[in-house]
Amino acid sequence: MKWADIKEKLRWCAYLASEAYNMPYRSTVARAKREQDDLFMLLIFSEMMGIPNPATYYTLELQPIMLERFHDWHTRMGMEHSPLDGFRCC
Amino acid sequence: MSAIVLAVIGLVAISSGYFFYSKFIAEKIYQLDPDFETPAHTMRDDVDYIPTHRIVLWGHHFTAVAGAAPIIGPAIAVIWGWLPAFIWVIGGTIFFAGVHDFGAIWASVRNRGTSVGSFSGDVVSPRARTLFMIVIFFLLLMVNAVFAVAISDALVASPSAVIPVWSAIAVAIVIGVLIYKVGVPILWPTVIGTIILYVVIYVGDRVPVELPEVFLGLGAAPQWIVILFAYALVASLLPVWLLLQPRDYINGIQLIIGLGLLFGAVFIANPTIVAPAFNTNVPEGTPPLIPLLFVTIACGAISGFHGLVASGTTAKQLNKETDARFVGYLGSSGEGLLALVTIIAVTAGFASLAEWEATYTAFGTTGIATFVAGGSTIIAAGTGLPVEFAATLLAVMAVLFAGTTMDAGVRLQRYIIQEWGTIYKIPTLQNGYIATFLAVGACLALAFGAGGSDGQGGMSIWPLFGTTNQLLAGLTLLVISIMLVKLRRRYIFTLVPMVFVTIMAFLAALYQLWDLFTSQQYVLVGLDILIVIAAIFVLLEATSAFFREKRAAAAPSG
Repeated sequence: MKWADIKEKLRWCAYLASEAYNMPYRSTVARAKREQDDLFMLLIFSEMMGIPNPATYYTLELQPIMLERFHDWHTRMGMEHSPLDGFRCC
Repeated sequence: MSAIVLAVIGLVAISSGYFFYSKFIAEKIYQLDPDFETPAHTMRDDVDYIPTHRIVLWGHHFTAVAGAAPIIGPAIAVIWGWLPAFIWVIGGTIFFAGVHDFGAIWASVRNRGTSVGSFSGDVVSPRARTLFMIVIFFLLLMVNAVFAVAISDALVASPSAVIPVWSAIAVAIVIGVLIYKVGVPILWPTVIGTIILYVVIYVGDRVPVELPEVFLGLGAAPQWIVILFAYALVASLLPVWLLLQPRDYINGIQLIIGLGLLFGAVFIANPTIVAPAFNTNVPEGTPPLIPLLFVTIACGAISGFHGLVASGTTAKQLNKETDARFVGYLGSSGEGLLALVTIIAVTAGFASLAEWEATYTAFGTTGIATFVAGGSTIIAAGTGLPVEFAATLLAVMAVLFAGTTMDAGVRLQRYIIQEWGTIYKIPTLQNGYIATFLAVGACLALAFGAGGSDGQGGMSIWPLFGTTNQLLAGLTLLVISIMLVKLRRRYIFTLVPMVFVTIMAFLAALYQLWDLFTSQQYVLVGLDILIVIAAIFVLLEATSAFFREKRAAAAPSG
């Protein structure tokens, strides 16, 4: 038997083993992952749906650090005032 | 008689069953179509529905159905002699279990991959669906109690298995973390984990662990039961990738190594069967063979639990409809082989008939420990391994099987309780922790009510568990038969097994009612009454649905 054949056989074994490992719990793990993703999406799009985003409140802590850069940014973007409700500027 | 003869007859019969009978069923009855687009393709979502290689599916079906039950059942049932158990295991595997598992996959594939219970509402009647739910609930309740009692007995009988059994949990967690969090390719953790497990078995063999004889008023076996349920409580709340998934995987490897070792040893050592073919000298108090044999051996001959596996997961992942025969029929044949080798271990693993009779002194007192005692003698004779090491190895194997079933059972029961919370709008029940506590509490109470509290290891609940399992099998076969009637195909090959197992389960439940009542086990009497009622409803439902469909099929269409 050639080396390449042995490698091919080993690869097949590894495929079978990983399928045997993952297959019975694939849906459970995928479902848990999907639930996390769903929560993440909800956070991202919450303001679009009128739900206050809790992350906004916590970003207030960044205000002192970001303030100067933020002011430059919104004036460059052609906005006189801060466009964000949770992040006031001028 | 030589054990090789029995092994060869069994192997040839089961292989013929696969090559000839299942081919006939596949072509003429279920009429599998290689061009039929399975739900794995038509409904593919890469979560539940995903086409999977048939060898992987077969491995899953085989390892999911072959656990501790096909070991315990035959280890109890050879009390009537080896021949009745042998005939029921071989005949059951060929004509009952194979057709049932294979049929459950086929029926589910033809019903969008949903579980038999859920589509029975459409195929038979909404009442059938309710019956399914009730029987499944009983089955889960008993599965956890029965396996807790079985494991505690085994740990008391084999103190050398204690360290390996609990170390296996640590090995599983390390494998889980390595594969899931670190992303190590699977082959290395598999090889190293298996080696470590066998090293720990060696260590356990040297360092046996025994619990104090009495602690807080509890004997050693009841102490184990409490510890096991405390573990099951924690385990069922952990994420599956951390414990359950690697544990199942390790068990699969153990199963294949154990089966290979046992059959190899039988062929090398050629032990003699010392037990009688028909035991005319059964111990006092042994129930009659008919109907009790057919519920004592459930898994290994036919088991309704398989239908849950087949239609719940397997059918959603079947790549081609023609794979159903390979996956379902051959998967259940694998379990038949485990039951076969158990029969050989518990009848040929003893030195003489007197020694065998000294072990089988009463019905229901044998089980994993008997399998370990007999099997280890055969392995020692066949491979030259020390008999103590072989005994530890087999005890660890059997306890791990039962342990994983318990983990999964508690988790499933927790889901059912949470679902009730949602249906009946009781927020307390929807809480995962409360639901788990309730599930564990109910099973613990049943385990103690089922002979676990006195530490005598009475498995009086075992035949009740088998009865429920057979009722579930009967329900699944009923659904398949009705589908065949609707398709105007021959239904005799599923209807006869259905009628047989349901009637046997019904008679067994009636017999046990009397037996449990006279032995004053009132918790089990209550449970048995509920099972008798469920059995009556299954029979009524089957009769009415069958004749209704037959009339409908006979009426000219159009």
